[in-house]
Amino acid sequence: MKQFWKSMLKSPSGVIGLIILLFAISVAVFGPMLFPNSPWRMVQRPFLPPFTLGAVPLGTDALGRDVFAGMIFGARVSLLVGLVSTLVALLVGVPIGAMAGYFGGKVDDALMRFTEFFQTIPSFALAIVLVAILQPSIYSIVASIAVVSWPPVARLVRGEVLSLRTREYVQAAVVTGQSNSWIILREILPNALSPVIVLASLMVATAILLESSLAFLGLGDPNLISWGYMVGAGRTVIRQAWWITVFPGVAILISVLGLNLIGEGLNDALNPRLSREGR
Amino acid sequence: MLSFVAQRVVKGVIVLLAIVVLNFFLIRLAPGDPAIVMAGEAGASDQIFVKQLREKFGLDKPLPEQLFIYVKGVATLDLGFSFRQQAPVAKLIGERLPATLLLTLTAFAISLTLGILFGTFAARFAGTFLDTGITVFALIFYAMPIFWVALMGILLFSVTFEWLPSFGYETVGANVTGLAHAVDVAKHLIMPAMTLGLFFMATYTRMTRASMLEVKRLDFVKTARAKGLSDAVIQRRHVLRNALLPVVTLAGVHSGTLIGGAVITETVFAWPGIGRLMYDALLQRDYNLLLGVFVICSAMVLIFNLITDLVYRLVDPRIEFAS
Repeated sequence: MKQFWKSMLKSPSGVIGLIILLFAISVAVFGPMLFPNSPWRMVQRPFLPPFTLGAVPLGTDALGRDVFAGMIFGARVSLLVGLVSTLVALLVGVPIGAMAGYFGGKVDDALMRFTEFFQTIPSFALAIVLVAILQPSIYSIVASIAVVSWPPVARLVRGEVLSLRTREYVQAAVVTGQSNSWIILREILPNALSPVIVLASLMVATAILLESSLAFLGLGDPNLISWGYMVGAGRTVIRQAWWITVFPGVAILISVLGLNLIGEGLNDALNPRLSREGR
Repeated sequence: MLSFVAQRVVKGVIVLLAIVVLNFFLIRLAPGDPAIVMAGEAGASDQIFVKQLREKFGLDKPLPEQLFIYVKGVATLDLGFSFRQQAPVAKLIGERLPATLLLTLTAFAISLTLGILFGTFAARFAGTFLDTGITVFALIFYAMPIFWVALMGILLFSVTFEWLPSFGYETVGANVTGLAHAVDVAKHLIMPAMTLGLFFMATYTRMTRASMLEVKRLDFVKTARAKGLSDAVIQRRHVLRNALLPVVTLAGVHSGTLIGGAVITETVFAWPGIGRLMYDALLQRDYNLLLGVFVICSAMVLIFNLITDLVYRLVDPRIEFAS
């Protein structure tokens, strides 16, 4: 573990990514405490340009709502959706991949056909259809993003398990009569974890992009303000008020960038063999 | 070669069939009784009309039979009727398909060309400022949501500089034909295609760079060097050709994402393709149209995957078609 942090902190992208993520998380957690008012409330005249009033540093939108407050509350939604939907995708993908890789044969065939099928369906289009049919809410959004993002996890885990299960220590566990689930959970999966962690960090980034795109199209949770929704709402007035679309977009860009950098840092730290290439 | 293609086509048809079945159940999941929803959309809701609709669309029949009717309909390109637009779904999609193909294929060509070019440069000058610059740019474009890139493009090139039109497929009322028309469409195409292409360009740049650096260290490159081939020839004929394999695979995997991006791009730029159609269907909760577009998108991805598979085999002579 100590070794891991040491190499993680040695990679510049990992460090920058961690700083960005910590900042985003603290904004999401503590920010709303500084802004007790709802971000939906009208605080000033509409279309107030940014940097004119200290109380509303980033100006107001078409309905006089505080853009800065919206961005802070939006951080909550983006990070929450990103993390939870990735978690759900892992909960679906890891068991499927592990079973396919461990049992092989017909089980593997069936599970992989199933996975490939989901991978062929255009993911964003499926997410749109699912959210539209289930009605937009934070639950349907998380569920749809999870549904479209688990297949790569299953494929990755399957590959790892496939190569690990012929190892001697696994064979030893089989000989000592351990149950299949015990072997998968205690012997194989812990050793297959590091590439999954790298993938998961990139998946959170993709999930944030997906959520913001859905919200932009009007498929966000109607009760929660999010960055994508703000950009979507500012789209029609972009000629009069650039700041309504620019700032929330920057927030998305920085968070996604941070998570991608963490992914690279993790990759360097967890798979040192791979990362040395190209340096 | 031929048997390989046939095999893949059969496989694709099976997947498509599965998607159509999935689609059927998604329609069932949509809120409301379809007949009543349809009647409402048509602007009439008396009992007789609802009953007629139920019979017309076979909604009074048992579920398996309904499924059969639906699959048969899709097979004959009957994707249902859009009451909002008062037209068959297949016709609406057919009208919009060319614009989407123009947009996605242009974006794809731009992203692949520029991506491979930048990736090659970055790998060639690995460790220099040029490499760092390209890598940082790729990282940033990779993190930008497509809808935001689109809006920033409009803000910069339409609002500030007034160089490019911000929406549509052609200038309304311009009434130009021939070359002038093509130029007009091209002007409208630049921004949407660049927007859609930039994200994928970033991916291909990163992939090409990583892949080239990996191939460069392999033994056959040393052999080529030992044979006294010039650096340029080694780069082009040996390194690049091998390094492109994962890029081609990635391009196939990305076709679905490309379609998804087209929905966003077409929405922002009011580009009259099936992505915009999907957005309109979404706004009006026109489920027949929404799911019709979804089936066609899936079919496009399958076709695209088949093509990349073929290209992959052309680029990599080690893979034989017989398998």
